[in-house]
Order: sequence, then structure tokens, then C-alpha cells
Amino acid sequence: MTTTLDRPVESAGAPVKAGAFRPAQLWASLPDALRKLHPKAQLRNPVMFVVWVGSVLVTLDAIVSPSLFGWLLAIWLWFTVLFANLAEAVAEGRGKAQAETLRRTKRDTVARLVDGTTKGGTELEIGDRVVVVAGETIPGDGDVVEGIATVDESAITGESAPVVREAGGDRSSVTGGTTVLSDRIVVEITTKPGESFVDRMIALVEGASRQKTPNEIALTILLAALTVIFLLAVVALQPMSAYAGGPQSVVVLVALLVCLIPTTIGALLSAIGIAGMDRLVQRNVLAKSGRAVEAAGDIDTLLLDKTGTITFGNRRATELIPVGDATVVELAEAARLSSLADQTPEGRSVVELCTTEYGLAPEASAEEARAEFVPFTAQTRVSGLDIGGRRVRKGAAQTLLAATGVRSDEVERWVQLISDEGGTPLVVADGERVLGLIRLSDVVKPGIAERFAELRAMGIRTVMVTGDNPRTARAIAARAGVDDHIAEATPEDKLAYIVAEQEGGRLVAMTGDGTNDAPALAQADVGVAMNTGTAAAKEAGNMVDLDSDPTKLIEIVEIGKQLLITRGALTTFSVANDLAKYFAILPAMFAALYPSLGLLNVMGLHSPQSAILSAVVFNALIIVVLIPLALRGVRYRPSSASALLRRNLLVYGLGGVVTPFLGIFLIDLLVRLIPGM
Amino acid sequence: MDDTLAGLLQVLFLLVLLAACYAPLGDYMARVFTSEKDWRVEAALYRLVRVDASSGQRWPTYAMGLLGFSFVSIVLLYLLQRLQPLLPLSFGRGAVEPAMAFNTAVSFVTNTNWQSYVPEQVLGDTVQMAGLTVQNVLSAAVGLAVAAALIRGFVRANTDRIGNFWVDLTRATVRIMLPLSFLAAVGLLIMGVTMSLRSGVDVTGLDGNTYTHPLAPTASQEAVKMVGTNGGGVFNANSAHPFENPSALSNLFQIFLMLVVPVAMTRTFGTMVGNRRQGTILLSVMGVLWGALLAVAWFAETHPTGAAGIATGAMEGKETRFGIPTSILFGVSTTGTSTGAVNSLHDSYSGGAGGVTLLNMLLGEVAPGGVGVGLVGILVVAIIAMFLAGLMVGRTPEYLGKKLGRREVTCAAVYILVMPAIVLLGAGLAIALPSTLDALSNDGAHGFSEVLYAFASAANNNGSAFGGLTVTSDFFQSALGLAMLFGRFVLILAVLALAGSLAQQKRVEATAGTLVTDQPLFGVLVGGTLILVAALTFFPALALGPLAEALA
Repeated sequence: MTTTLDRPVESAGAPVKAGAFRPAQLWASLPDALRKLHPKAQLRNPVMFVVWVGSVLVTLDAIVSPSLFGWLLAIWLWFTVLFANLAEAVAEGRGKAQAETLRRTKRDTVARLVDGTTKGGTELEIGDRVVVVAGETIPGDGDVVEGIATVDESAITGESAPVVREAGGDRSSVTGGTTVLSDRIVVEITTKPGESFVDRMIALVEGASRQKTPNEIALTILLAALTVIFLLAVVALQPMSAYAGGPQSVVVLVALLVCLIPTTIGALLSAIGIAGMDRLVQRNVLAKSGRAVEAAGDIDTLLLDKTGTITFGNRRATELIPVGDATVVELAEAARLSSLADQTPEGRSVVELCTTEYGLAPEASAEEARAEFVPFTAQTRVSGLDIGGRRVRKGAAQTLLAATGVRSDEVERWVQLISDEGGTPLVVADGERVLGLIRLSDVVKPGIAERFAELRAMGIRTVMVTGDNPRTARAIAARAGVDDHIAEATPEDKLAYIVAEQEGGRLVAMTGDGTNDAPALAQADVGVAMNTGTAAAKEAGNMVDLDSDPTKLIEIVEIGKQLLITRGALTTFSVANDLAKYFAILPAMFAALYPSLGLLNVMGLHSPQSAILSAVVFNALIIVVLIPLALRGVRYRPSSASALLRRNLLVYGLGGVVTPFLGIFLIDLLVRLIPGM
Repeated sequence: MDDTLAGLLQVLFLLVLLAACYAPLGDYMARVFTSEKDWRVEAALYRLVRVDASSGQRWPTYAMGLLGFSFVSIVLLYLLQRLQPLLPLSFGRGAVEPAMAFNTAVSFVTNTNWQSYVPEQVLGDTVQMAGLTVQNVLSAAVGLAVAAALIRGFVRANTDRIGNFWVDLTRATVRIMLPLSFLAAVGLLIMGVTMSLRSGVDVTGLDGNTYTHPLAPTASQEAVKMVGTNGGGVFNANSAHPFENPSALSNLFQIFLMLVVPVAMTRTFGTMVGNRRQGTILLSVMGVLWGALLAVAWFAETHPTGAAGIATGAMEGKETRFGIPTSILFGVSTTGTSTGAVNSLHDSYSGGAGGVTLLNMLLGEVAPGGVGVGLVGILVVAIIAMFLAGLMVGRTPEYLGKKLGRREVTCAAVYILVMPAIVLLGAGLAIALPSTLDALSNDGAHGFSEVLYAFASAANNNGSAFGGLTVTSDFFQSALGLAMLFGRFVLILAVLALAGSLAQQKRVEATAGTLVTDQPLFGVLVGGTLILVAALTFFPALALGPLAEALA
């Protein structure tokens, strides 16, 4: 696994290769956008449907009483609808590309059942047991129930290093479409073909089964209400204008209406939603529903497994402590010798420490290689090397001290101290002589404490879950800077913790991989199952991380937040735009009736017609301009809610007020060149 | 002393008075709506009408109670007017004609107090006292009950009960409206407001002729007219009449009376939700709005254009007893609350100042709004603001620990939608009718302002009239009557549904990721949302009315 915190974690908004927006995508999506002009497709989106109806009206009007102004207006109104379709089509197109990648894993395979019969991969049923041998493709999602094998999962994870999958335990799950590289396994199918995670994700990113998420529904209601208000305002304007001495033409009223209703956000809303799912897929996370992605933004508490997320997977030697009259060099030399043949990660880390800190040779010399290696066993709890009559040993303090018969208060004090600090002490002895101790500790990943501080600023509590004893857990928790920890955690503890948090009104996210994690994964508001985990875990969670990287939870939360922020920011921008459009259109409509209202023409627009056309053109173009932003998402930096709000209000609220004044003014400079304007 | 200085001193004095009452009255009202104990008179009342005061109601039950009660009130008030000839103290004033009786009944039950009749010619003392004054008290109590229910929606969690309408109504009447009105009436009496059951007094004019000047039980009605933000006067001239409002002192006292309950209500809110800053921040939004509108109107009125500019100010339609500043102070306060009492003719204000009184209502009357409903109005705006703001900080929006989901946004959207719909469609329809042109005393932009004002006033349950528009035609009587009904009860239904939906939710714990709502940024957000929504909705209509006038 390569995605660790060694490299700076990308902010969710940072460009990802596959996610970069290319203008060419607009052209490519044009046919789809044109297809969406069908009224049935428009009905899904109340705001754009109003624009669609308006476009039809203006077109009819232009046909009945043709004028350059009428036709230009009609054309740009259709552009408005088209651009909205384009936004959705581009997002869907990108989703389809993603889906294509995913679908490649779903080559049709022939499954060989245990009883010797064969079935097509798509005809498998839950509970079928299939045999897969080296070189074959696994026909469906399931659990290994027999055997052990290396599997190439690069088709879905992009990770080229093969992984081990074995019966029993937490690494039993296999995904359809991956290839067995060695050995033979028996897989029990756990998912119906067509209903696997990959299938669901394909449906989601393609937009086929896209259901509006709760926040999206609430926002749509608000936008619909705004649309109705503006519709009423425009409808009521006609008799008012007639009373003032000049009824307005239908064309002008439609133009005003289209400019007022929140078309910008209305056009981009579904694109934002699809792009959010898309960003998850780019990070190799499959979500069961858009709702889960949205919930991720609301998370208050993160349950993080210590190992792999907060600390590196294994303990490492971090310090050598000589005791008695031994020097640190003597100790280092003995420690190296004792670990040369020790292939456990801990053993290798001792050699590494001696090499980097004390300049000793990393490889065994010829003589050392011939020496006799005493391997670690559960009984002796000691390992070492017999070389030239020397018996160099390292091991658990108790055992080694008992074996050497040495009693040393100094050693015991260190043992106690190291344990208190969350480390594991190993004692090194040469024969009867105790040279000192090696401190093995969990190494907290660099940058993780800062990361948690950021999360805290965002209002997210981090909870470290570990099987360590309370003392060790406390020490690591303090170093990593988590807000809370659960020591000696059992799956039941996790579940209880989640329930307690939820009863306190907080939303919880967690990662898990084991079958016994399943209840907690199901209970959590966002449960991310590791792809390496069991099928039960994947079924219980609402997301699967193909990279099996527990750190990704933090990115998922950011993607969820970014999704909501993008919606909120563009809504604000859209509504704030209206002010300038009023200043463009109202004087154009009424200056002839009440010359005093000409004062409202603060932009100095050329003529009533050019003013109205410029506002409509701006309204259409702004959609295209904002498509990349909608797809990429608004930049998100973890910070407090007030700071975020202040920034977004400034950029999208104030910016939304100012931008159209400039935009309409500039467009008008061009429009006035059209003869007759 | 120069007028401006006197005006400023009066504003200062008013603010001091309000500040002094803020905490005691606000906390008192909070206790009224949270106390477990019933007063003896209340308990007797509950026994009489067989209400189980200890049981809470779901929002539909609460709403049915409220609607049923209001419906019965309208019917009774209608009958009272129609049967006036049979009643004592009617001074020979006959039965009120049906359209007018309907309009008036609706008007007083909805706390609007739009008056299409001339009180001293149409109504006798019995209808005034047993009908109008009773509804002045009860309609204000209904407003308080709605506010209490909404606050409970925020305070309570995991329950479908939002309180008991009958208990809220009784307590608001017995413990708040009646005592306050009594104190206010005594104060007004001392300041010289009349109080009499005689039909009138004969006076000999300078020309030697004898005139009958009508009298009425004024002080008692005047008190509740202001305290309950009702606004229906016993005389046609309303608070410009010397019997209703004899002096500068009584004038200031009346302004204080209409502001005091809505202002203190924010304290009640803060106290009930357990964080008083939540209330003060809302009050500061209301206050800034009130102050800004006052300043604009004051400036516009003291810097008139045209013929009035030649004189030292626009005194047309104003009482010389009050002068420009206090007339404006009264005008801004009466349209910022849902009172609608007037001590000057808004029709005669300059384009700018007239526009301010109109805008004040079109903002939804939240500066500081009517009794109870002012707080409700700003809370709904806060919900809309928090919905957008919540999205912008990347969380499912929440306010006071309650998530703002589909149901909450729907209720708030309906609330925001209904008033503009009534005003715009009503004014649009009215101005399209040829008969309206005959009813107008002005043409051009000002004429349109008169129609727009009438519907804004009715839909917002304000009740003040711009004047200049004859509203006794059947069309206006019924159209404005319906505007008042929908403007009141559709909004109340939306609010009660909102309260029910909020109360059902569990409480979300605040974290560092939660937007704080007791800081200035929140105030700016709510104020900005309020102005933006109103501006965007009404910009075209306002452009054709007061704006065209003001810029001319």
C-alpha cells in the first residue's frame, strides 16, 4: 500500500489527473446535451424547465413577428438550456469514462463450480462455490472459503503488487474481475451478478440510478420556491407596467424571468452531484449511494484504527539505551548482531537503526552469515546469534533477565519507563552481560498530528481505536493528538462507542475490514470497508475503499464537505447575480415610462435592447464558465466554520453581486456593435 | 429646541425605555410559556371549557385549535356587526353592510386592523368593546402562542408535542396582554386620552354652529391597539386624533407600547433556548434595520423635492403637534411592527419616506415585527440564511441544533413565498381592473404605490393605509379580506408545521464545525438574506411605484 501520509495528502480539491477538465469534453458532450433538450428530460429540473418553456415562447414570438432582437434572444435562451444540458452531459460523460474503467473488470467469465459443473459468470447465485486456479479470473464477488492464493487486483485498484487472499480471517474477500496469480482457491459467491459494489458504482457514476440526496432535495425545493416567486413577480409586472402606460412584450418578460430565476445553480446542480461521486471514484472509493457521500460531510466523529492509519503497521526500533558500563556503540553492535538473521519487521528495524545511527554495516559479513541463528519462538521469546563463542541475544526483558540470571534495577526501571511511554522494551545481552535496551515503538506517521488539528478546527473529533493496553494506547494517543481513544477495543466496544456518539447527536464514520466489524460498519453513518476485508464487512459498510487505506476516511469527509460547499456557493452566487440583472433590465423596460428610472442604468448600457440581450447572454455564458468549477468543486481548506463562511460569502456572495455588473457591461460593449441594437 | 434635536432625544428616550423593559418583560414572558403552574383563574377556565391543560398537542391539533378558534372569532365578530342595531350603546348606528363586516371581522381577527369603515360613524361602543377590543387582545395572544410553539420546536427534541394551544392562548391573554394593556390604558388616561361611553359631545364652533363631536371608550382600546400591535383606531384619524393621541408624550408612549412586546420577545426566545445572545443577535438585526429605515425616511422627509421643498419640510398630512421626526418615528415603527396605527398620512410622505414604510412591510415586518409573529418572521429568514450558509461550510445545514432538511426548508419556503404571492398578484390584479382607476385619488407612480401599499398592508397584517385609495368597493373589501386571511393563516400553518418538524428531531451537538449563530457574522447573514430576498422579489414593483417617484 503506498497511500500513506508520507506524501502530503492531497486536498480534495487538488487536481487529479483523471479529473482535470478539458474544454474538449464540452464538444464531446454536445450530442448528449442536444438529446436532453427533450421536454421530458427538462421536467426533472424545475428551474431549467421554466427556461425551456420561455425559450419555446420566445421562439414562437420570433417566428410570428420576426426581428433581429427577438431571434437573438431566442437563440441565447436556447443556449442557456443547452449549456445546462452540457454541464450535466459533461459530468455524466466523465462518469461514463469512469464506469468504462470499472466495467472492464466485468469481463464475462466462465465459473467452474466445486461439483465440476460450469456456469456463466452472470448466472452465478449467492452461495455458489467456485474453484479458481492460477491464471483464471475470479467470476464474482465472494469470500475465499478454502485455500490461499496471490491475486492481482490491479484491474480495480490500479495497484500492481499482488495481494494474498486466504480462507478465514479478515483477508478472505475477493472481487470479481481480479485474477488469481498462484495456487488454487475456492470462492463462495456472496453477491448476485449485477448487484456487486462495482455494478452499483457504475450505475451511480453514469447517473442512471442517481437519486437526489436529502440536501439536494431541500435545495431543489428552495430553488423551486425562488422560481415561483420570480415567476409571480414577472407575471404581476405586466398589469403594473400596463397601468404605467406601456405593457411589455412577452419576449422582454421572458428574458427578465430567465435572468432572475436561479438558472446558474439550477443548471449546474446535477453536474455537481455527479462530479462529487466522480471525485470519490478517482480516489478509488466506491460509494453505495450519494446519500453516504453527503453524510460524510457532516461527520462529527472519526473512528480510526491505530495501526496503518495513525501509526505505521509495525513497531520500529527507535532508540538504544545502554546500561551499566556498556557503551552505546557496544550495544549497537550487539543489537545488530542479534537481529541480523531476524527477518521480522521489528528485527529489520533494529538493523536499520544501527545502520543509520551508528554507521554499522547493513549486510551480514561472510563470517556473520555462517554463524548460528537462534530464531524467536513463542516459548523462548528471545532471538539471537551464536558467533565465535559469543551468545548475543535480544528479547523480552523478563525472559532474558531470567535466562542470564542478572538482576538489574536500572534495566527494570527502563523497562517500566518504556512501557509507560507506550513502547516495547527489548533487552540485549552478550552472554551473561546485559548491555542495554532497544526501544521499539509505534511510529506515529509524520504529519498526522497536524492533520488531526485541522480536523479539530473543522469540528471533527478523532478517536483512535486500538487493541493495545490502556497505558500504551494513552501514550500513542497523546503523541498523535487524537481527541479520544478506545484501548483494548473489541468490535462490541466500537459498536457501543458509535451508538453512544449517535445518541449524543453526532454522526460517526469508521473504517473496518473484519466480519466482526460489520455491525459497527452498519451502525456508523459512514462505514468505509476495506477492499481487503471480508464480504460481510463490505456489505455492511456504505463505501468500499479499493486501496484499503484507512487514512482515506479523512479525504472522504473532505469530498462530502466540498460537495455541499459547491452547491451552497453556487446558489449564493446565482441569487446574488440577480441584482445586476435588475439594474440592466428594469431601466431598459421602464425608462420610457418613467424617465427617472433611467438613473438605474448604472452600467451605462447602450440601449434597452442591448441591455436585455447582454443580461441574457451573461446569464447563459456564466453557466459554461462555471462548469469546470462545478466539476472540480469549490476549493476547500480545512478551517473553522466561520472562516469558511466568511471566505465563501466574500467570494461567491460579494463576487456574485459584482461579477455580473462587469460581465454585462463588457458584453454590452460587443452587443452594441450589432446593427440595430 | 430645534426639531431634529428634539427628535433625536425622543429616539434616545424611546431606546432607553425599551432597554429597561427588555430583560424583565422578556424573561417574564419566557416564564409564562414554560411554567408548569396554572393561575387559579386559568384553571377555572380550563375546567369550564374542558381542556386538559397538562397535555401537549401535535402540530396539526395545535393548528386545528388555532384555526377553529379564529374561525369562530370571525363569525362572532361578523354577527356582532350585522346585529348592531339590536345591541346597546350603538347610538343608532345601523347594521354594518356585509362586505365591510366581513372585511372588518377578518381584519381584527388576523391582527391586521385594516379599517375600511369610519369608526365613529359606523360602530357603536358595544361592537367596539365586545368585538374589536376583544379581538385586539386575542389576536395578539394568538401571535404569541405561535411564537411560543415555534420556540418549543427548537427547544424540544424527539417529541411530536409543541405545547397546548388553549393553554398558550389563555396564558398569553391572562398573563401578558391583559395586564400590559391595563397598565398602558392607565398611562394613556393620565396623559389625557379620553374614555367615555357617551356617544358624543356638543361643541359650538367659532362659526356659532353646534357640532357633535363623537366620544368613545378610547384609552382602553388605544392601549391594546398599541400593545397588541393591532392598530385599529376608534376614530378614523387614528393616532393623529387628539382624543387618541393628545400630546408628544402620549405619542412617544404609543410608539414605545407597540415596540415593547416584539422587542422583548427576542429576549424570551434567547431565554427559552438557553442562550440569550441568540436573542440579542436577532434583536440587533431588527434594530439595525429599524434604525436604517428611520434614517432614510427622516432624511427623505426633511429634504423634500418640489413645492414642499420651498417650505422647511413636508408637513402635508402631518400633525403640527408631532412634527416631522416623530411622525416618521411613528410611521417606521408602525410599519416595522404589524401595528398599522398612524399619526400622519403616509400617502403624503415624500417618495422616499413613503417607499420606506412600504418596504418595511414588504420585508415581512421583522423590524421588530408584530407581537409574536415578528420573532417568527425573522426566525424563518434565519432558517433560510442558515440553510445556504450551512451548505457553504460543508455541512447539512442546522440552526440551534436542529437540522434543516426537506421539511424545514419546505415550511420556510412556503412562509417566504406566500406574502409576495399575495402582494404581487393582488396588486397586479387590482391595477388591471378599470374600477381601480376610479378608486385612486392619484395617478402615475403614486397611484400605483397606493394599491401596492394596500396589498402589502393586508398581506402582512399591518393594517395601515397609505390613504388615497377608496377601498369600500366589494372587490377591495373581499380581495383585501382574503389577503389578510391568507397572509395570516397560511403563514401560521407553515410555522406550526415547522415547529412540529423541528421538535421531532433529535438535537445535533454543536462542534467547531458548526456555524455559531450568536455572533455578528450571523446577524449580517440574516440581515443580508432578508434584504436580498425582499429586494429581489419587489424590485420591479417598487421601481414602478415609490422608486420612480423618489428618483424623479
